[in-house]
Amino acid sequence: MAEVKSKIKAINEMLKNKEITCTELTKKYLDEIDSTNKNLNAYVNVTEETALDGAKKVDDKIAKGEKISLLAGVPMTLKDNISTDGIETTCCSKILRGYKPIYNATVWNILREQNAVLLGKTNMDEFAMGSSCETSVFGGAKNPHNINHVAGGSSGGVASAVGGNIAVYGLGSDTGGSIRQPASFCGIVGLKPTYGSVSRFGLIAYASSFDQIGPITTTVEDTAIVYDAISKYDPMDSTSQGSKGNVCDNLRNDIKGLKIGIAREYLEGIRDDVKEAVLNACKVYESLGAEIVYFDLPGLKYALPVYYILACAEASSNLGRYDGIRYGYKTPSYKDVNDMVCKTRSEGFGSEVKRRIMLGTYVLSAGYYDAYYKKAQNLRGTIVKDFKNTFEKVDVILAPTVPMTAFEVGKAVSDPIETYLTDICTVPINIAGLPAVSVPCGFNSKGMPIGMQLIGNTFAESTILNVAWQYENATHSDVFKSAEMGVKL
Amino acid sequence: MKYEMVAGLETHVELSTNTKIFCSCTTEFGGAPNTHCCPICIGLPGTLPKLNKEVVRYAIRAGLATNCEISRVSKMDRKNYCYPDLPKAYQISQYDMPLCKNGYIELSNGRRIRLNRIHIEEDAGKLVHQKGDTYVDYNRGGVPLIEIVTEPDIRTPDEAKEYVEKLQLIMRYIGVSDCKMQEGSMRCDVNISVRPQGSDILGTRTEIKNMNSLTFMTRAMDYEFERQVDLIESGGKVIQETLRYDDATNTTSSMRGKEDANDYRYFRDPDLVTINVTDNEVEELEKTIPELPDEKLERYVDELGLPETDALLLVKYRKVAEYFETAIEGTANPKTTANFIIGQIFRTIDSEAEKEKFNIPVSAENLRELVKLLDDKKIKMNLAKSTLEKMLETGKSVKELISDNDMGGLDENTTRKLCEEAVNANPKAISDYKNGKEKAIKSVVGYVMKNSRGKADAVLAENIIKEIIAD
Repeated sequence: MAEVKSKIKAINEMLKNKEITCTELTKKYLDEIDSTNKNLNAYVNVTEETALDGAKKVDDKIAKGEKISLLAGVPMTLKDNISTDGIETTCCSKILRGYKPIYNATVWNILREQNAVLLGKTNMDEFAMGSSCETSVFGGAKNPHNINHVAGGSSGGVASAVGGNIAVYGLGSDTGGSIRQPASFCGIVGLKPTYGSVSRFGLIAYASSFDQIGPITTTVEDTAIVYDAISKYDPMDSTSQGSKGNVCDNLRNDIKGLKIGIAREYLEGIRDDVKEAVLNACKVYESLGAEIVYFDLPGLKYALPVYYILACAEASSNLGRYDGIRYGYKTPSYKDVNDMVCKTRSEGFGSEVKRRIMLGTYVLSAGYYDAYYKKAQNLRGTIVKDFKNTFEKVDVILAPTVPMTAFEVGKAVSDPIETYLTDICTVPINIAGLPAVSVPCGFNSKGMPIGMQLIGNTFAESTILNVAWQYENATHSDVFKSAEMGVKL
Repeated sequence: MKYEMVAGLETHVELSTNTKIFCSCTTEFGGAPNTHCCPICIGLPGTLPKLNKEVVRYAIRAGLATNCEISRVSKMDRKNYCYPDLPKAYQISQYDMPLCKNGYIELSNGRRIRLNRIHIEEDAGKLVHQKGDTYVDYNRGGVPLIEIVTEPDIRTPDEAKEYVEKLQLIMRYIGVSDCKMQEGSMRCDVNISVRPQGSDILGTRTEIKNMNSLTFMTRAMDYEFERQVDLIESGGKVIQETLRYDDATNTTSSMRGKEDANDYRYFRDPDLVTINVTDNEVEELEKTIPELPDEKLERYVDELGLPETDALLLVKYRKVAEYFETAIEGTANPKTTANFIIGQIFRTIDSEAEKEKFNIPVSAENLRELVKLLDDKKIKMNLAKSTLEKMLETGKSVKELISDNDMGGLDENTTRKLCEEAVNANPKAISDYKNGKEKAIKSVVGYVMKNSRGKADAVLAENIIKEIIAD
């Protein structure tokens, strides 16, 4: 079987061979966005001028015979919580409608310098709080495989755009699964890097000790290329460390003898079709020479409450600044400053955001701090240790990404707790700060994609992407189907 | 029933680092509103704080200079509350692991005021009220502060005043802050309670804020003490509350009631990493602490033999003390130099701010030269004084003003001749003197001093003149 072709490399060759100009390519994407976005609602802000300016720069460079980077001229998107200087960044919330940052997120600076072409900002759950993209003030993004189903959340817009072929890649953010879950729902690849390997400077914060920016692409190699570019130490982010080595160089390594672990707890409470797909993947790995090892991860049962207590606590603090005084939405009538702040926040925030702010405020308040926040912090430490111990026995953990496939539009908002449970497979990874990549591993009977995660030890992106690549190349036509829309390269 | 005052002070000191605590904006005072700001210190969405290491060093030095233990491990916490001058709706501060602990400052009455802690934090912006509207200026937001908290060891307003003055002096000496209450680079809040004398149980305390001078602070403490005593004696109970001091009426009034008391929901700031301080770093910083005011005072009095009042005046400004110490090197009697500084030199300085800079035309080395000539008896005090006057006016050196000719004393014969001339030239003064006006003789002596260009010995001249007149 021929190797799965990286779209980024394909475009790079096309541009260098002058098969197409960057401007022509970009126009193709913009045209497709024009016709497709009304169905997908992936983009909330199409930046045509920025895109064409960027494309022209690349064309000028090529015309002058200058060298271009691998990412130059590749049309991409950014989730709308990543700050873009002069370009509206709303977190899909009413409270930030009209807000234009006066600085760039570090990741955007990195990609701009490599002449990435920004097609626009994409849809997300409001302030990244949600698992279906439907808490967005712009309405949810749809799944390219079936627009009656959600794209997932919170990076639903990026996944929808990439899965719908109206962006080659995008950067999303993952706090409890927000890159991996939509990637899984849309049948594409999404990586949440090790906490600290990608700078958070410019990412509008939800939960500071969980948030990470990562790539969403249609192939593993594309994810590796983008990750290598953005995983740089940033002095502006005190929690940033950068990566521990180039991933692309290690993609094609042999995985014979590698130990792939399955946590028994991970197979509980998931739908049969998902379980079957994951077990089939085990068989593929065995045929590639890897060893499947079953083990227990008892700490997993605390993961969801630990996540919601800590993430909401941090969010309640991070979202305190939205008061209408300096930027964003401000209530039109009020009697004094306290009234103004109250009304602005009540009117500006959606109900899921308010729910999480209240929860977070509660667990931090005097009298409850010890019972909730402090206890959750301690349990976080336990979960971290559990994973560390596991990686003494296995090289990579294989798990489902989500217990189910993409749900129907409108189902999620009716039951928040039920929705929280969909995070059960992804959340433990954010608690432990580990890297995890979701790759497609099958379809259900209705043709909706199923995803699985390869989870690694801290800074082991090379390992998990290598293991992911090997699987992808052994199974691609069985597990990946390009949606019938968007740009065909 | 006699009551005793029990008070503790919380002092916020603005550090004079070049840049703010979490970004590289300037800490310079003033500037048009919102011009010393950046996305980080106005808390734009997505920004992250970055700890300025210089702030940690300044704070450690403040701790070393006040006998504190320096924590080898500490962290930053978020103090969450809502107010327009706080752009992130939380202040990054230190809650339960401060950088410095368990220090003290000794007062002149021998009592020690123990310091519970010194921690670092960011300042908020400033609200400006104009014509019924309120504006916010975030220039001050993010300026680094240290908060110095005492135990409730203070017993009188005078002790509080002395504590603050000593704190100011120490902070200025080590160069971490200019500590100016009027400019806001030093702010004091007082926690005060009362209890029957002899009791060791603490009463309910109130907190007084908004006192921007030491005078107001002491007045506020006196007023609040009386108010609490009166309240208790009439059967009432002191409520724990925050009061603001109104200097116009000399009263305290409630700022926030109990029900508005804030729950700050402190938790560790996840955007900042642990602050690790090594033994080596502490040692190196220890070396940068100069001789502190109290030690200097003791040395000036005990070793140099200066009267305490003089020593206090010299020690009050680090630059003056250093000037003095350079000027006395190799001279015989420090008191001579001290007199020159406290007398003539200080008289040419208008403000305390100038004394702090001590940028005078006469260098310490120059003063030293002059004093050495006195010591060697090459010139007399009068000439020294008039020369210093000229040096202060013109900035010229000793060598430029005093030639070899001017040096040396006058022998008795020459003095006698000058005295005879003086007597002849000042008949009215002589007759006044003979008629009982004692002071009249001074002008005759002055005549001799003038004509001898200060070289004559004034005492000898006066005696000779009296001799001549007696004849």
